Order: sequence, then C-alpha cells, then structure tokens
Amino acid sequence: MADEEYILRVENIHKSFGELEVLRGVTFDVKKGETICFIGPSGTGKSTLLRCINQLNKPDDGHVWLHGEEVTNSGNRINYFRQRIGMVFQNFFLFDHLTALKNVEIALIKVRGMDPKEAREKALYELRQVGMEKWAEHYPAELSGGQAQRVSIARALAMDPDVILFDEPTSALDPELTREVLEVMKLLAEQGMTMLVVTHEMGFACSVATRIMFMEHGIIQEQGSPDQMMSDQTFERCKNFIGKVTGYGTD
Amino acid sequence: METIQFISTILMPALLEGLVITIELVLITAPIGFLLGILLAVERVYGSRPVVLLCKIVVGFIKGTPLLLMLFILYFGLPSIGIVLSGFSASVVGFVMCNGAYSSEYIRGAMGSVKEGQMIAAQALGMTRMQAVRLIILPQALRRAIPGLSNEFIYLIKYSSLAYMLTVIELTGAGKLVATKYFTYTETFIVVGMLYLVLVTITTIAVMLLERKLAVPGMTTAGRSALDIL
Ligand SMILES: Nc1ncnc2c1ncn2[C@@H]1O[C@H](COP(=O)(O)OP(=O)(O)OP(=O)(O)O)[C@@H](O)[C@H]1O
Ligand SMILES: [Mg+2]
Repeated sequence: MADEEYILRVENIHKSFGELEVLRGVTFDVKKGETICFIGPSGTGKSTLLRCINQLNKPDDGHVWLHGEEVTNSGNRINYFRQRIGMVFQNFFLFDHLTALKNVEIALIKVRGMDPKEAREKALYELRQVGMEKWAEHYPAELSGGQAQRVSIARALAMDPDVILFDEPTSALDPELTREVLEVMKLLAEQGMTMLVVTHEMGFACSVATRIMFMEHGIIQEQGSPDQMMSDQTFERCKNFIGKVTGYGTD
Repeated sequence: METIQFISTILMPALLEGLVITIELVLITAPIGFLLGILLAVERVYGSRPVVLLCKIVVGFIKGTPLLLMLFILYFGLPSIGIVLSGFSASVVGFVMCNGAYSSEYIRGAMGSVKEGQMIAAQALGMTRMQAVRLIILPQALRRAIPGLSNEFIYLIKYSSLAYMLTVIELTGAGKLVATKYFTYTETFIVVGMLYLVLVTITTIAVMLLERKLAVPGMTTAGRSALDIL
C-alpha cells in the first residue's frame, strides 16, 4: 500500500434526527498514522459524526470507506468493519459484570474466535500497554475513571483496529486523571496508531494532532495543522471558540 | 406415642413418595420456565413489532387466566382436539407457561435497567445484537432478576400442589389420601406444611448462596448483605 493511501475516507455525511439537521455534509480523508482532533461547541454533531463512521448511527446520506471498502450500506459485514474501527467513549462503557481482563478479552474470544489462552495473553499485553495489568482482576466499579478509561482503550486496542475513534475520552475525568489518559493516547499516536479524537483538551490537540478540525453547525468550518491554527487568520472562528472555553477556565 | 408411630410408619413413607413427585414437577418445570422467560423477555425487548405484540398477548393471556383453569383446559379440554396429556405432563405444561410468563416480566424489567452504553459498546466491538444480548445484557439482567426469579420458584413449589387436581399424587395429594383414610387431618397437614417449609427454606438458602457467588462489585451487593445477616 502506498504511503499516501487513505485508510479512512468520509464523504458528504448527512444526518438528521427528526427535524434537527445535525450533520450537513462532512467530508474528510485520514492517512495512516494521523491523529485528527475535532473541536467545536456542544451539539454541533461531533459525537454523531464518530457514530456515523462505524454506523452506530446510520447516516442519511454519504459514504464511509475503510481501506477502499465501503462501510456504509455493508449489511452484516458492518460487524467486520466495527472490529477494524475501535471506539472509546466519554463514559467508558466498560461491561459492568466483567473484570478488566475479561472486558478486554471477550470480543477477542467471541467475535474474533481467538483461542481463550491466546486471548488472555493478548488482553494482558494490552492492559500492560495502558499500565493496567495489575488491575486485571478488578471490576469496573472498583476502578477510578482514569483507570476505567485506560481499560476501555486496551479493549479497543486488543482488536488491532486500523483506526480508533475517541469521543471526549477525558471529559468525565478530573484534571489529574485526564493526564494519565492523555499520556496513553499520546503514546499511541507516537506508535503510529490512527486516531480520530473529539476533545476539548487544546493542549493535547496542539501537541499531538496532525490536523485539527473545527466543527460548527454540522460541518467542518476550519481545518489545518496545529501550527496553522496558532498562526493563521483562517482559524478565526476556532480561536474565538477556544478563547471562550479557556476564558471560562481561568475565571 | 401412637401419633409418632403413625407419622413414622404410615404418614412419612406416603408423604415422601409424594414429595418426590413434587420435586420432579418443580425441577422439570423450573429450567424450562426459565428459558421460556428469557425467550419471551428478549423478544419483547428486541423483537420485531408483530413478535412483541404476540409475546404481549401470550403473557397477558397466561397472567389473566387462573392457573387451575388452565390446567383443566390442558387436561380435560385438549383431548377433545386429539391431544391427550397425562396428568403429570399437563401439569408441567401449565406450570411452565405460568412460570415462564411471570419470569419474563422480571427479566424484562431487569433488562431495562441495564445501561444503554453496554449495548453500544458491545456493538462497537463488532458483536451482533444477539451476541450482545447473550454475552453482555442477559448476564447483567439475570443477576438483577435473581430475587424476583427466586420468588417465582418458591411460588412454583407451592402451586405445584394444584397437580393433585389432575390426579397427580404429589405431596399435598399424598397427604390428603392418608388424612382421609386414617382421619388424621391435623397431624397430616401439619407435617405436609412442614415439608413445604423445608423445601422453601432450602431454596431460600440456595438462592442466597447463588446470589453471593454471582455477585459483582458495584452491580449486585444485595446478595452479600442478605447472607451476612443470616
Ligand atoms: N439519538 C438521537 N436522537 C435525537 N437527537 C439526537 C440523538 N443524538 C444526538 N442528537 C442531537 O444531535 C445534536 C448533536 O449531538 P452530538 O452529540 O453529535 O453533539 P456533540 O457535538 O457531540 O456535542 P457535545 O460536545 O455536547 O458532546 C444534539 O442537538 C443532540 O441533541
Ligand atoms: Mg459529544
């Protein structure tokens, strides 16, 4: 595969909930190893966009391709694509009745059909990657938010996805716990994982993202590298928005 | 003295035979009723519209009919359309329908209490809806349904005595026969009652142990504390 080839292509995604038009034509391409951060005001459709990529929400119009194969309108094959597209949620959504280890291995065994012993090894390896190996036998209720989120990242990683979607992975966490999760994500980015990250963490976006996309009113209003965002005039709206956010923070 | 001899040589042997039948009725009915309950609950939550409607009608019909009437229909009514069931089989069929319908209500309620994110996370990993139900939703819902389901099990032990009306000589029936023959109503039914109490007590303890074994931190703490009191 040529370096320039796109892993993920998102083309003209539209999505409405009843009368409410949430996504009004979103298009972008993702290269292998990119980390794209999505920022923008609440309710502009960032979560909906991520969910349209793995079809948790069915887009009304538009297409998604993974490695040139169409994800939209793929029927039962969607479960194959969902294995290839990891997802990490704001509220972790760990399986409450399973230990950290079982949370990570269940899809390996039941979805990928991996031998249980092999799955266990792999799950422990992924937990080690996020610094949670010691907590393997603990249940979600026994973990801090930061720990739970790291387990959920391990759960996504275990499937060896081509890309991982993060929907505000640190928004439910205290600043301290936020840091431990962002460190893990930064490490992943450095290791070449392809990631789409909805976040309000501007520090993370500026230091880790290869591209920043500013979303507003259901479309990508402005996009570019973090450097461009800091210097260019074009990121006016985005800066305005960030100014508001950080303004609240320092008050 | 005479009473003790009557109980040990005449009453107990007869009652134990009946007790075996009662236990058979319960142990055959419970697992089938449990599976029927799961099936009805899952279909009512995730089934297509017509299936949901059908399940609602079935459950409503069963809940709305006196169990004894249902047993009479199964035993005395069905032969007229060519289906002849033994008293034992007809009882089991009736009990399964009753147990399944009520169990499904508990399971459905518990499924509703499982957080929405659990299904979303399961599907995001590539699980089909049915895999997610089987591996994620039901294990959580069934844990929460244990208290309700165990109540249903205890009711089953007690209403299994209705099988006597279909000529099945289970515990109550065996007692009735002895009592009538020897004119010992008081002694006999006290002993019968005590045997039911033993069955119910064993069940209660077994349920507590089960609940404790299946307890998950943060999900089901009820089982632990209940047993600690004991
Ligand atoms: N399943 C749904 N049914 C109806 N409306 C929905 C649904 N999901 C999202 N919406 C609406 O769509 C709009 C966009 O929601 P979305 O969650 O995508 O925004 P967001 O950009 O992620 O916002 P936030 O920063 O608050 O997470 C909101 O107005 C929301 O109420
Ligand atoms: Mg959101």
